[in-house]
Amino acid sequence: MSTGGDVPAVVVDGVGMVFNEGTGGEVAALDGIDLTIRAGEFVTLIGPSGCGKSTLLRLIGDLLTPTAGGVSVFGRSAHESRTGQDYGMVFQHAGLFDWRKVQANIELPLELRGWSRSDRGARSSEMLDLVKLDEFSDHYPRQLSGGMQQRVSIARALSFEPRLLLMDEPFGALDEMTREHMQSELLRIWGETGTTVVFVTHSISEAAFLSNRVIVLSPRPGRVHSIIDVALGERTPDTREDPDFFAAATTIREALRSVGGAE
Amino acid sequence: MARVLRSVVTTALAILVIVAVWEGYKWAGQQTGGNWPGTGIELPVSTDDIIMPHVSDIAAELVSDIRDGRSTLPVSVFLLKKAWFTLQEAAIGFFLGSAVGIGLAVLMLRWRVAERGLLPWINVSQTVPLIALAPIIVTWGRNQGLPDIVCISLISTYLTFFPVAVSALRGLQSPDSAHVELMRSYAAPWRTTLFKLRLPAARPYLFPAFKIAATLSVVGAIVGEISIGTKTGLGRSILEFAQRYAVWPERLYASVIGAAVLGLFVFGMISLAERLVLRRTDEVVA
Repeated sequence: MSTGGDVPAVVVDGVGMVFNEGTGGEVAALDGIDLTIRAGEFVTLIGPSGCGKSTLLRLIGDLLTPTAGGVSVFGRSAHESRTGQDYGMVFQHAGLFDWRKVQANIELPLELRGWSRSDRGARSSEMLDLVKLDEFSDHYPRQLSGGMQQRVSIARALSFEPRLLLMDEPFGALDEMTREHMQSELLRIWGETGTTVVFVTHSISEAAFLSNRVIVLSPRPGRVHSIIDVALGERTPDTREDPDFFAAATTIREALRSVGGAE
Repeated sequence: MARVLRSVVTTALAILVIVAVWEGYKWAGQQTGGNWPGTGIELPVSTDDIIMPHVSDIAAELVSDIRDGRSTLPVSVFLLKKAWFTLQEAAIGFFLGSAVGIGLAVLMLRWRVAERGLLPWINVSQTVPLIALAPIIVTWGRNQGLPDIVCISLISTYLTFFPVAVSALRGLQSPDSAHVELMRSYAAPWRTTLFKLRLPAARPYLFPAFKIAATLSVVGAIVGEISIGTKTGLGRSILEFAQRYAVWPERLYASVIGAAVLGLFVFGMISLAERLVLRRTDEVVA
């Protein structure tokens, strides 16, 4: 394990992505993306729709293969990292399996890794504890609220201690109150596990509240417009009313305006 | 309990309505001499006792005696015995057909080429008239030394694999992209994705197909029996009674009821299996 402090979590090097290449219906989604994400960092990708932020996330996760450049994750290629099962993924829709109880959903990746039943049980109760759903292990996903389902999804993604957590607008379908609560929960979990997070969002306040750094992308084709450092220290509920928080949100908003993406 | 009671009551009511319509139509037709009331236009179905025997006569036929080999027994018991034989053929046909259907669906899922190449033929297969196909299958089967019961099952298989293949393919393709991407992010091999994701997700699609397949398997078994001339089975009885329809219509109607009951029985078995398998996710909605 080469988790050594100086190996970056993610290096995106001159990445370009063209869909339908060579068919006449070509769409240039990303162009010349360079990006380095340090281990343990919480990085947000933000930009107007069509800027390719989800595409970039999928390239890092090796769900797509770039048409130019390369991606490495903890010193290995993205492909090796995926087959080495380094990734945890959380999508906008929790994507739980309806026919599995909450606990069995969390244990799915462990099952695929061939963990024994008792090891799986021990880990899933730990994870249920972490996302504060201990009482719901025997429920089916459809019995849970959207926010609870998303917590199960996060527990599932973290159950095997992935080195990199990729999140694609995970709270996009939740109402504002649940969303803020989930953001705090996520930061608490991130603090407890120390995993690296790449987080896609289109919410300015979400980006400001969660991240160490915000990557602002411009659209068609997606390029890195600017990288904004957010130094707010430890987040508490009061952070949302902190002038520094508003200042960070303003910086992000102005960057988005200049790429034509802010409301 | 209330649900059972309600379904018993609705079934009884449905039977009552059918009997009432049957007898009402027959009575009305006989009042007008087989014409639409007030006109000289003939009714579409003649109401005489050959075409439409009284329900009570058909019911009486079910309890009257019939010779079966050396013994004599009520027609209903006789039909039940024959139906047992037909049920076995239908069951073999159903399970074989479902296995073939799911197998084809997996094949088409795995290779898009297979889907493009196979799907048209699967559709065409169902346009071949069964009556023409049955002797071919049976002759082939007999040449392979297969017992008649298996040959007839193969005809059932031919009917049952179709709805299962089509629905299974839809079911296997039903998981949304987030689920598929999730399995990909775990670097799950194709087979694991099939067993952990696609097959479980296909279950709600499969059961309606199983219900259609189950009733078709009975149809296939009966048609198979008729076309190869077995010595027993419900199809055989229907054939025999059909030949004597002009003098004894109640018997043919009795055997039709027997076939319908068999069809309902297999349909009910599948519904029961569905409830057992899908109950866990069903109770969620409640």
